[in-house]
Amino acid sequence: MSTPLPKSVHNQVAQAESQDKSQLGFWIYLMTDCVLFASLFATYAVLRHNTYGGPSAHELFRPGYALIETLLLLTSSFTCGLMTIAVRQGKRQLVVMLLIITGLLGLVFLGMEISEFHKLAVDGDSWRRSGFLSAFFTLVGTHGLHILSGLLWLTVLLWNSARRGLTTVTSKRLLLFSLFWHFLDLVWIFIFTFVYMLGVLGA
Amino acid sequence: MSISAKPVVSRHHSPTSVRRYVIGFLLALYITLVAYILTVRRALSLDWLVAMIVGLALLQFVVQLIFFLHVGAETRPRWKLAVFWVMILVICILVFGSLWIMANLNYRMTPEQVTNYLHGQDGL
Repeated sequence: MSTPLPKSVHNQVAQAESQDKSQLGFWIYLMTDCVLFASLFATYAVLRHNTYGGPSAHELFRPGYALIETLLLLTSSFTCGLMTIAVRQGKRQLVVMLLIITGLLGLVFLGMEISEFHKLAVDGDSWRRSGFLSAFFTLVGTHGLHILSGLLWLTVLLWNSARRGLTTVTSKRLLLFSLFWHFLDLVWIFIFTFVYMLGVLGA
Repeated sequence: MSISAKPVVSRHHSPTSVRRYVIGFLLALYITLVAYILTVRRALSLDWLVAMIVGLALLQFVVQLIFFLHVGAETRPRWKLAVFWVMILVICILVFGSLWIMANLNYRMTPEQVTNYLHGQDGL
């Protein structure tokens, strides 16, 4: 056995180790979530031309709208990244401010996603219209649900860091949240490309 | 040259520096806009456009993995990286496997057979 460490050092080591484990655990969760999205992407890829006489992607999607959504999410991913730096530097006010900006951008993004869904449903092009639209609503809707749960998580973290400050637990969770948020941005890049851009091209 | 402690300390933030995020953000922004302009302009043939837009998405994927998710930045043993590669493998099998099988089904079940079957089933 190695020589026993002084208690304070031992605590620090244990803390660093548990931080590492929670990071790894969360990372594994993200990777399994990737597999979920991959199966939905595969479904969409198979069904994308099965419009059953209904409108095709080319007729429904507006590229400018998807671009604005992408820019919103990308910017919020960026501010979320800056937030992690502020966490590591212990700048609480900056963390709170960046969290608010990230959350607002995410909220506008979610609003745009919901308004697009609403418009489609009102025009009679809901998930019941065709296989293509079922796959579309499932894929983009699952992403929207993830964004929604991310926003709820963000609200809790915002509350915690504003009221109790950047404790060890909160800091750790803020770093995990940033992983989640970057991951959702990454998934959206593929939705933007394969659903919207290739859809508009009719490929 | 005078040796001062401060700049050295600030340079040690490098793996998570603001600069790194700014570079990643600008690259991602640039790639997104190029993909959008390619789609809207349609200056090339469809095959080329599809190839380029998919290529840009993969580039964007790598950029965000490196600059935002810091993949590969961990020290050994690299468990995160190992899990990541397994995930890539699973996704490839899932996506390309599905497309392959469904394309085969499309090929072997001609539309006539499908329509006849549907007519027989519920009189469409």
